[in-house]
Amino acid sequence: MSKKTLLNSKDIEIILHRLACQLIENHNDFSNTVLIGLQPRGIYLANRLVDLLEKEYQVKNLKIGLLDITFYRDDFRRRDEPLVATATEMNFLVEHKNVVIIDDVLFSGRSIRAALTALESYGRPENIELLVLIDRRFSRHLPIQPNYRGRQVDAINEERVLVTWKETHKKDAVYIETK
Amino acid sequence: MSELSVEHLLGIKYLKSSDIDLIFKTADHFKEVINRPIKKVPSLRDITIANLFFENSTRTKLSFELAEKRLSADVINFSASQSSVKKGETLIDTVNNILAMKVDIVVMRHSNVGAGVFLSKHVNAKIINAGDGTHEHPTQALLDSYSIREKLGSVKGKRIVIVGDILHSRVALSNIFALQLQGAEVKVCGPTTLIPKYISSLGVTVETNLKKALEWCDVANVLRVQHERMDIKYFPSTREYTQLFGINNEILDNLGKKIVIMHPGPINRGVEITSDVADSDESIILNQVENGVAVRMAVIYLLAQQVKR
Repeated sequence: MSKKTLLNSKDIEIILHRLACQLIENHNDFSNTVLIGLQPRGIYLANRLVDLLEKEYQVKNLKIGLLDITFYRDDFRRRDEPLVATATEMNFLVEHKNVVIIDDVLFSGRSIRAALTALESYGRPENIELLVLIDRRFSRHLPIQPNYRGRQVDAINEERVLVTWKETHKKDAVYIETK
Repeated sequence: MSELSVEHLLGIKYLKSSDIDLIFKTADHFKEVINRPIKKVPSLRDITIANLFFENSTRTKLSFELAEKRLSADVINFSASQSSVKKGETLIDTVNNILAMKVDIVVMRHSNVGAGVFLSKHVNAKIINAGDGTHEHPTQALLDSYSIREKLGSVKGKRIVIVGDILHSRVALSNIFALQLQGAEVKVCGPTTLIPKYISSLGVTVETNLKKALEWCDVANVLRVQHERMDIKYFPSTREYTQLFGINNEILDNLGKKIVIMHPGPINRGVEITSDVADSDESIILNQVENGVAVRMAVIYLLAQQVKR
């Protein structure tokens, strides 16, 4: 198994700043916007962006929710390993809000489909956008594309994109692993 | 661990403590789900569940049905009073006829001890025991422990007294198994005639003085006197039972500490518990009902995970 570094911590920092600026362009003061990090791995990216927006760009009163999509997945009883749920923390409704779904890697698009269904339980949003750190091209099973992407990658199916964060792995990095 | 070690939920005595942990962790997620504006998830869209109640039930049946519907399962209901059981059909025939309609999970309450175990050996479906005679009522014990965990942080090391008709209570037996599995100390309290002779072989202590039992405990789980299961007189009068084993504010105020009050329902107000205690801040009776839906959703979800496609 070989592992190639795609992004180092400096690259990720630059990308996070760019994504934050793009969000500000479209959402101004975020008064009607909520950010939703997808459990389990999208929450680190979401928290980082919130941190950056608050500290570096002086955005105040950001609303962030953490959404678990396990019970909305389309592969229940279709996998060898059972699905394990993680906690959902949504302290607000999304009725009439602009929602930005945040996840680390966009691959088949099925998680995002599940997230769209899960969000319905919290009301009817004005619109929904998608922000991802890594967009794997040519791998989609569903017609889903991101509005904001950190980096686009052409990885073949046998390869795996691995995102690590300081919070969990002591280092910000993105790797491409070959089995 | 992300999978139950059992194929059916027939009783707490077949579970491991890791199973209970998994059920509670899953129930935590479902408790969040049932407090959303839309309280439903699509997980069990292609699962059909039959609720077979050969014995009367109100809250357990409603709770199971709601849990099933919140998971998007298809539900069929059956009550023995309106069925061909009255015409002489056997249990296996009744159930096999229902399974021929492609049912994946059976939730069953039956007045005979071991009905669930019997069924699990003879039919091809997941069985959830919703009470078999005076034997076990596993989901009630799970929701009771879950409610204690929610109120006190954990069950381990806590002292729980079960007060009342222990002899006829499936809730008591399942609770004893569940609480001990999680490391709690259990005492039973009630008239000697309503305490099974060999109860101490389960590692449970017996106390016939209610005040002493309450002074000892962190939680009192109060049971109903099951008149319908009593073929002989077990105590002289209801009034005398209330005087000796009824829980009221006076006895609680004199304890010098606060204890948690639970009751699996239905309550006989003024008999085993007074209204002011049942409705007090220390009572978690209605939390038990809410948690019942979340815990049953967890049990059904985890068993449905094992249903083959």
